[in-house]
Amino acid sequence: MKLPVLVEQPILQVNNVNKLYGINRGCQEISFDLYPGEVLGIVGESGSGKSTLLKSLSGECPPEVGDILFKALNGESLNLYEVDEARRRLLMRSEFGIVKQNPRDGLRLSVSAGANIGERLMAVGNRHYGDIRGAASSWLQQVEIETERMDDFPESFSGGMQQRLQIARVLVTKPRLVLMDEPTGGLDVSVQARLLDMIRSLVTDLNLSVVMVTHDLAVARLLCHRLLVMQKSRVIESGLTDQILDDPQHPYTQLLVSSVLTP
Amino acid sequence: MDEPYNFAYLDEQTKRSIRRGLLKAVAIPGYQVPFAGREMPMPYGWGTGGVQVTASILGKDDTLKVIDQGADDTTNAVSIRRFFEKTARVKTTTVTEQASVIQTRHRIPEQSLTSGQIVVFQVPIPDPLRFIEPSETESRKMHALEEYGVMHVKLYEDISHLGHIATTYAYPTKVNHRYVMDPSPIPKFDNPKMNMSEALFLFGAGREKRLYAIPPYTSVNSLDFDDHPFEIQEWDGVCQICESGDSFLDEVIIDDDGTRMFVCSDSYFCEQQKIKKKECKSMLLASES
Repeated sequence: MKLPVLVEQPILQVNNVNKLYGINRGCQEISFDLYPGEVLGIVGESGSGKSTLLKSLSGECPPEVGDILFKALNGESLNLYEVDEARRRLLMRSEFGIVKQNPRDGLRLSVSAGANIGERLMAVGNRHYGDIRGAASSWLQQVEIETERMDDFPESFSGGMQQRLQIARVLVTKPRLVLMDEPTGGLDVSVQARLLDMIRSLVTDLNLSVVMVTHDLAVARLLCHRLLVMQKSRVIESGLTDQILDDPQHPYTQLLVSSVLTP
Repeated sequence: MDEPYNFAYLDEQTKRSIRRGLLKAVAIPGYQVPFAGREMPMPYGWGTGGVQVTASILGKDDTLKVIDQGADDTTNAVSIRRFFEKTARVKTTTVTEQASVIQTRHRIPEQSLTSGQIVVFQVPIPDPLRFIEPSETESRKMHALEEYGVMHVKLYEDISHLGHIATTYAYPTKVNHRYVMDPSPIPKFDNPKMNMSEALFLFGAGREKRLYAIPPYTSVNSLDFDDHPFEIQEWDGVCQICESGDSFLDEVIIDDDGTRMFVCSDSYFCEQQKIKKKECKSMLLASES
């Protein structure tokens, strides 16, 4: 059989990453490739190492072993923890986007919504007030927040609005890789549904590559093309989302899938 | 050994260590150099940083001028001037052009300064990033990596809420196209005076124990937006004492009914202008008669 030739290079390559806080606590032996436009879900129970892995990917926590290669916009392949800190931090605020589980961690609560969106633009050198404001306004529209709320403080927003504002703040600099940690955590289901809908259309429109940590299999099914299932710091199963959720092979995955409540 | 104090109060080792810090500060314009600040015989916030800098650079032949909010006759200025008269026995003056060292709080003299003069600033909070990034470790890293995007967030907020940049003092500047620096709480009116100045500017923060400097002929740019450029304050009237129209004016309430007048904040400059006006008038009268 002749295999199709893949011309596209992975945007992110994770090779044998280890970061342990204790025996089987943290993450170990993690390897995967992420291609442009792909949404990869990491599922697993609390304490399985999902967030540790995401922290390693976002430059906050260097792994003990293994490396993380990122294909930059200029075609360069960068080892995330071998480039100097200035470059890494520049990457984090330009080509990477990090969406925190709690929007209060990802937003600046003491400045207005518009400034929250504008901050990353200013951080990459935009010095035109009118342009920044225009971008902020169009992003508020995209995440379905009324533009009249632009000069309000995020404090006065609901949880769902704060999360949408955080997403706008991250996406304004057109990152190519977005890392999300439980973006729908702590929101009620109707708000979750709209947020998921929005994330899904943004991902397709902007051709984003996403690594998303979630423990909600419904979210995973809706958004992710591919899944990694983690348990006790290791990836125990990986594959296409439908394949894993409909035909789980590993006993733990079977348990996970069968534990989902269906109303 | 009949002198009660060492020259300029501080011991020689301390002065030497501060001078070393100052040399580093001059070598890296706008960079905050930590120094081992000493207890001074005055409370923090009254200019302990400035006094330590002045004490370490003062020589026997120096002439010292001290101003507080532009004036030579306010409490802080008088006390610090007397302090150095007593401990260093240096000449003091109110005449800006005669002073070799000018210690100041919240103003730069109106007259343009000349080569060889040194201005010493008292600084309450040296880090302009402090209000945005409370962590000292993080803000030092931001300075090191030149991550100054957040500085504009404050200016953005001003424009979006008030329609213009409302920061009027301690207006952030970029020194030598590299470090963002808090010029101490001088009005933004004085910011342009620092750009390419002939004089040396030294900044001392006593409580925070930081020194920084702007060497002569260094570019100092105030941060702004392309479509909202930096502007200095303007007044509708002129100084009601000397009629000067291009100086920084203080609003002074003069009676219980709230009557107010605007006068120059730089008291020496105001006096000079008044004398000049008088001379002009008498010359005019003489030519008429």
